[in-house]
Amino acid sequence: MRCAILGSGNIGTDLMIKLLKGTDASGSGTTPLELVALVGIDPKSDGLARARRMGIEGPHEGPDWIIDHADDIDMVFDATSAYVHVAQAERYKDAGIVAVDLTPAAIGPKVIAAVNLTEHLDAPNINMVTCGGQATTPMVYAIRRAIDHLPYAEMVSTVSSRSAGPGTRQNIDEFTKTTSTALREIGGAEHSKAIIILNPAEPPIMMRNTVFGGIPEGADHDAVIESIYAMEKDVQKYVPGYRLKNPPVIEEGPYLTPGGEVPHRAVVLLEVEGAGDYLPPYAGNLDIMTAAAQRVGEAIAHHKAEQKAGA
Amino acid sequence: MSTDYRLIDSTLRDGSHAISHQYYADDVVKIVQGLDAAGVQVIEIAHGDGIGGSSFNYGFSAVPEKELIARACEVTTNAKIACLLLPGIGLADDLREVNEMGVQVARIAVHCTEADITEQHIKVAKSLGMEAIGFLMMAHANSPEGLVEQAKLLQSYGADTIYIADSAGAMTTEDVRRRVNALVENIEVPIGVHAHNNLSMAVANSIAAFEEGAQNLDGTSAGLGAGAGNCPTEILAAVSNKYGIETGVDPFVLMDLAEEVVRPLMPRQQVIDRAGLILGYAGVYGSFLLHAQRAAERYDVPVADILLELGERKVVGGQEDMIIDVALELATKHAEQESTGNGASA
Repeated sequence: MRCAILGSGNIGTDLMIKLLKGTDASGSGTTPLELVALVGIDPKSDGLARARRMGIEGPHEGPDWIIDHADDIDMVFDATSAYVHVAQAERYKDAGIVAVDLTPAAIGPKVIAAVNLTEHLDAPNINMVTCGGQATTPMVYAIRRAIDHLPYAEMVSTVSSRSAGPGTRQNIDEFTKTTSTALREIGGAEHSKAIIILNPAEPPIMMRNTVFGGIPEGADHDAVIESIYAMEKDVQKYVPGYRLKNPPVIEEGPYLTPGGEVPHRAVVLLEVEGAGDYLPPYAGNLDIMTAAAQRVGEAIAHHKAEQKAGA
Repeated sequence: MSTDYRLIDSTLRDGSHAISHQYYADDVVKIVQGLDAAGVQVIEIAHGDGIGGSSFNYGFSAVPEKELIARACEVTTNAKIACLLLPGIGLADDLREVNEMGVQVARIAVHCTEADITEQHIKVAKSLGMEAIGFLMMAHANSPEGLVEQAKLLQSYGADTIYIADSAGAMTTEDVRRRVNALVENIEVPIGVHAHNNLSMAVANSIAAFEEGAQNLDGTSAGLGAGAGNCPTEILAAVSNKYGIETGVDPFVLMDLAEEVVRPLMPRQQVIDRAGLILGYAGVYGSFLLHAQRAAERYDVPVADILLELGERKVVGGQEDMIIDVALELATKHAEQESTGNGASA
């Protein structure tokens, strides 16, 4: 499947490097994605120069270039900003280009690679939620599947200031709103909250994510812990640096959550170390996003190929 | 009446940390009435971590904060009601909601190096006709020049006033003077200072800030607040009188409020104990204190060790989850030492 990346910032450039390796997101197979171009708007951008050095096109005409080349492109990874994506989404659809949206625009259905990878393979637009959403929704889902119902879940994401680009900084409300929605819609929590913190420490801190889940009366705590460990392994299949920094714990409350009072809470302390493809390993927030987008793009490509073979 | 500086009281916001966000409507009514009667110009109310702070990470409010905010707006007569909001925790939509209730001042708080995440919120506050105050937290962790740079960003987004907050109570009077001086020299809008008392410097630092040109100062009744507490409003008013600084507030009314309303609410008096002093000395965010004490108890590790490690890791306000992380790591280390027999010599 022929694809292009729009946005030559940190995310777009990191994704380019991943796709040009030729291996798939698991690292064990061959990727079905053929990257045609990294498209930006600034002719002097480092990302575009790198694209040309790596042997693909690096035009600076932005979304128009994608539309002009619709015959040669089946899929676009949009790594610009929520505003840009909202303005362009309809054009991609009309041009028959599948959009994998890495901004928090949230136009299409949300996909968390470790939870609902194959749920929306025919959608014209897929939303990748946020980096924090990719990191924490799997754990909310892991808690949820081990208990009857999850009245409330919360995530706190701390990223190093250096790895938070202008897109995140100008759209911080979109980040928390989109992430919080994913905790409910995909994670299965009844109520939710998302928090993001930027930390300027030098050397930069590794991306940290904490998930809290309200545990109702009568829940099997061992089953919750076991489910969390199983999910860690699932996410590691495409993000090897995703790990529990400390053993998950169940703390005793009570806690007066927006979903009602619960006697306990699960605390999941995560760290995400990036693969270091473009930015250094501390930028796990970029890595989990681009790795998840690659995995989703590949799932769509395999699905379309199967459809073609079947037809 | 013209005053030499404007007093903003944060008993109902920063004070909320010290009572684990367990304010009830009756408390709010009494405190707002007391502050209003004393002549305080601005009263801040919200969860301790700002609007939307009620959470596992920071503690759940006993009563939804918006109910309390609405109540404060109803009972105030002269004082303006303010809210604090940290982008990343609260939303611009929250500002719209509280503005409807009558909140006139929005304090947009951010770590002292990350001002560029406030643009959205400052602009929304301005579009609603609110006064927007940019609030740079943990100001000890940035240089005077660095703060000026950040303040210029806030100013460019439309901030009407710019505060620096000594969130860890870590600054000496000299630290405050250098920062306020640089800001007053380089920034066009009025400057304010929010002091904490971990090094027993809160009132002195506030007066020093005034002498350097700060036109806004913060306090809380009886010093109720995060960490070792805030600059006590009634003491600041009394000391200002001694200096001949016109505040427009009556220190005796504030003393009555502190003694008769606020102190009876306090689960512990606001003293500078070992943990509080360590926060100031190590430059750790004040509101970590009670969370750290709870984690220390739960995992049986010394609270001082947790706070020092948090200082080492350079955590910023909002990273309360790291308290559990540190406590678990210390507990693991402790268990390993026990099992290898090194515990006794440690």
